[in-house]
Amino acid sequence: MIVATTRGFVGRRRERDPRLPPGQYDVGAGWPVLTAEATPRVDPDRWTVTVDGLVDTPTTWTLRELRLLPPSVYAGDIHCVTTWSKLDTNFTGISVDTLLDAVGVAPEAKFIVETSTTGYTTNLPLDDVRGGKAWLVWEHEGKPLTREHGGPVRMLVPHLYFWKSAKWITKITLLDHDEPGFWEVNGYHQRGDPWREQRFDGD
Amino acid sequence: MGGPNDRRAAARWRDARVVEVAHPAVDAVVLRFAVPERVQHHPGQHYVVRLRAPDGYTAQRSYSVASAPADDLVELFVERIDDGEVSTYLADVVEPGDELEVRGPIGRWFVWSGRTPAIGIGGGSGVAPLVGMLRHGVDLGHPERLRLAVSATTRARLPYAGELEAAGARIALTREPGADHAGRLDAEAIAALVDPETTVYLCGSARFTGAMETLLVDAGQPAGTIRVERFGPTG
Repeated sequence: MIVATTRGFVGRRRERDPRLPPGQYDVGAGWPVLTAEATPRVDPDRWTVTVDGLVDTPTTWTLRELRLLPPSVYAGDIHCVTTWSKLDTNFTGISVDTLLDAVGVAPEAKFIVETSTTGYTTNLPLDDVRGGKAWLVWEHEGKPLTREHGGPVRMLVPHLYFWKSAKWITKITLLDHDEPGFWEVNGYHQRGDPWREQRFDGD
Repeated sequence: MGGPNDRRAAARWRDARVVEVAHPAVDAVVLRFAVPERVQHHPGQHYVVRLRAPDGYTAQRSYSVASAPADDLVELFVERIDDGEVSTYLADVVEPGDELEVRGPIGRWFVWSGRTPAIGIGGGSGVAPLVGMLRHGVDLGHPERLRLAVSATTRARLPYAGELEAAGARIALTREPGADHAGRLDAEAIAALVDPETTVYLCGSARFTGAMETLLVDAGQPAGTIRVERFGPTG
């Protein structure tokens, strides 16, 4: 079994911020960059996002078109599986609900795969991206989202570990089955709920 | 990369005994662990170390494995960050004989089998997984399969400097004018490494890996062949 305590370790925080999920620490004003691939240069004027798969009307939007739709802001916390959390931050973009309503979700759709311009993919249950839980965002704290953080547009699913929020998102595909994405076939958890510490396979 | 049973076993927390502690530099500690029921790693993978306070508070961080799979012990290189909650404990307090909770090996993307040619580029403590790869190449009798270029501010801050030197790595010391390897990994140095058929393993800070990516892609290395392990301020 596991040692009861680590000899001589007391830890820094006596008062633990209740917004921090287990095993996470507050990164403060910083925002670490973590990416497995080379950072692409995506031209905002040529970028598009497509919602396809089990939908009535597969649809592609440009950034200009997205900006004409009702905007939506997420204000709150984000959590990375590498144990940092960024508290009380905000993003501006559009609710994924708006896009799903536009394309019409087929009743058999149960999962999604997000795809980036780099080919990065990540999978999620559909229910994790509807009902006000997920966004496509292009601004962070009032400024255009930088390239290294996924600009011009990234996915934002803040209630799950951040690898579920694909940078440089270009496609959301609805499926009737779960299809493990990039990190999910490389040893990481299929869902990634930070409050349950679903970091790796078998958590 | 091991079957599902191996993966489950790797994900399980276990108590590992610290067998050796070395302080190769003021800001670094090398810990060598005996891991019970160990699952053999692939070079490039990492372990998670978890510390537990008497009140149940825990803190955990990931560290790349610097040892080869054939090593009896698992070696982790830890950069000591001044305000790092975990790294200061590991560097200042841990002694041989201590038991620490670990899980691993983890990650199946930034890994090298040793069977194909590879290029490794590391900055600062980002050389640690590349040293694991180098040692594996040596164990296989094929150190030439891995070509290395590494960078640090000074030689004292380049982990495993002697070993990297002996292996013929291209070394660039950015803040040690007059030193043997003074300089930086510039366009020319990177262009000399580029091979579109070969996978590149790039590890270091966000700033370092970003700069290297640009040089690699500009020199003709396809972006899809570059595997990146980035770390930010993770104390």
